[in-house]
Amino acid sequence: MSHDHHQLDLANVRYQYGNKEALSDVSLSTHCGQRLALLGPNGAGKTTLIRLLAGLLDPQDGTLNWREQPLATFRKEIAYLPQADHHQRHFPIRVRDVVAMGRFPHIGNLKRFKKIDKEKTEEAIAIMNLGDIANRQIDQLSGGQQQRTFIARALAQEAHVLLLDEPFNGLDIESRCHLSDSLFDLSKSGHLIIASHHQLESVTEIFTHALVLDQKQIAFGPASEVMTSDVVKHTLHSCHPHLHDRAL
Amino acid sequence: MIEPFDLNLYQRGLVAALIIGFINGYASAFVLLHRSPLKLTALSHSLLPGVAIATLMVGLGVVSAFMGAVSAAILIGVLTILLSRETKIDDDTILAVLYTGAFAAGIMVLSRLGSNQDLDSWLLGNILGLSDLDLKMSFGVGIIAVAILSLFRRSVVINLFDPEVAASLGIRTRLLDYASFAILILVLVTTLQAVGCILAIGLIVAPAAIVRPFISTPDALFPLSALVGAGGSALGLFLSYHLDQPAGASIAATLAGLFLISVALCAVFRRVV
Repeated sequence: MSHDHHQLDLANVRYQYGNKEALSDVSLSTHCGQRLALLGPNGAGKTTLIRLLAGLLDPQDGTLNWREQPLATFRKEIAYLPQADHHQRHFPIRVRDVVAMGRFPHIGNLKRFKKIDKEKTEEAIAIMNLGDIANRQIDQLSGGQQQRTFIARALAQEAHVLLLDEPFNGLDIESRCHLSDSLFDLSKSGHLIIASHHQLESVTEIFTHALVLDQKQIAFGPASEVMTSDVVKHTLHSCHPHLHDRAL
Repeated sequence: MIEPFDLNLYQRGLVAALIIGFINGYASAFVLLHRSPLKLTALSHSLLPGVAIATLMVGLGVVSAFMGAVSAAILIGVLTILLSRETKIDDDTILAVLYTGAFAAGIMVLSRLGSNQDLDSWLLGNILGLSDLDLKMSFGVGIIAVAILSLFRRSVVINLFDPEVAASLGIRTRLLDYASFAILILVLVTTLQAVGCILAIGLIVAPAAIVRPFISTPDALFPLSALVGAGGSALGLFLSYHLDQPAGASIAATLAGLFLISVALCAVFRRVV
C-alpha cells in the first residue's frame, strides 16, 4: 500500500484565465506520506492549482511531474474530491455506487465489474467505516459522511494522491476531527494529501507542509515554519485579520 | 378486450407504441438525471420548421423529414450557444425565444404547403399512420440510441453526477455531452411522426418520472423507465381505441396519469412505512 518514494514535482507552473493571471511561479516538491495545505486569500489560486493537478486545466507554462514523468500519464493515481455539495442534488445513487465510481479508470465503460473491483470497493467502504450506511442515498448523509464517501471513492480508485477542495468547509467539530484523523491515517499508509484550507488555526495540527499562494507562490515548506514566517503572516492577515495575533 | 389488436392498423400502431415507448423510456432516464426536460421541450418544438422546410424543398418523406428536423435542432442549438456567449443572456431565455420563433415559422411554412400536408399530424402525430419505413427507421434509431447509452452508461452516470469528477477520472465529458444530446435529437425525430412535436416531450420525460420514486440507483432507472415507456404507450393506445380518442393524445395523457398514480402511491407507501 505504501508509496512513500513517489514524488510530485512542480516547476514554474503558470495559468491564466483569458488575460487574467491566476497563478504563476509555483515550484515545489512533495511526496507520498505528506499532508500539504494550500493556503491564501480568496482568488489566490488554490482551486486553480488543484484543478491543474487534477488534470481539469492544462498549465500555460511549467511542468507537473509525478514519479519523474508528466502527471497526465498517471491519471488513475490522482483522485479529485470537490467540495461535499458539488455533485448534483437528489441524484438517485447509493453510497456503495459512488464508491464504485472509483473503479472507472481501471475498467472503463466496456470491461465487466469483476470480483477484484467489488473487493476494492468493499475494502474502501470498510476503511472509511461506511458499512452501516453503504446502501443509503448519498443525499441522506451529513457533510462529514459525504466527505468519507468521496475519500472511499479515491481509495477504491487506488489513488496515491488525494486532492481535496476545502474538505473541512461546513463540517461540525466532530466531523472535522474524524476527517482530520482520516487524512492522518491516509498519509500514514502512504498517500499524498493536498487540500485547500481556510482554517488557519488548525493548519499545523492537520498538515505536515503548507503552500501559501497569492496568485503566485509566497512560501512553501514544513507547516510549522511557514506559519511563523512574517511574509506569510502578512499575506494571510489580509484574509483573516482577526487571526493575526491569536493563531499565527 | 383484445379486439383492437385484431386490426392490422392497430397491430402496426401497437408495434410502434412499444418500440417508440421503449426507446423514449430509456432516454427519459438520461433526461431526468440531466434535469433537462425544459431544454428538450424547446428542442422538440424547434424540429418543426426543419421538417416543414425539407418538405417544401424536396417533398414529404421519412428521410427528408428526418434530415430537416436534425438540421433545425443543430441550428437552434448552435445559435443558442453563440447568442448566449455574445449577449450574456442566459441560454434558457435565448432558447425560449428561438424555439417559439422557430415553431411559429414551422406552422407558417406548413400552412403554405396546402391541405395535403396535414399540420395536425406534425403537431399531434399519427401513430396509426406510420409506414413500414417509419417503423424500420424507429427500430433502427432505437437500437442505436439504446445501445450507445447502455455501452457508455458508466461514463454517462458519473458525468451526470459530477462532471468535474468525471473529467478527473479520464472521461471526455464535452464529447459525451454532445453525443448524448445528438442521441436525444435522434429519438425526438423518430417520435415526431408518432405523437407529434408537442406530445413527444411527454414520452421522453414521463417514464423516468414515473419510476423515480421507487428506485435508488441509476442502473435500475434506465431499464425500468424503458419498460414503463413501452407499457404506458401500449396502454395509451389501447385506451384510445376504447374511449375513441386520438392515439397520441391518449398515450401522453396515460403517461401523465401513471405519473400522478406513482406519486400518490409513493406518498401512501411513505405514510404506511
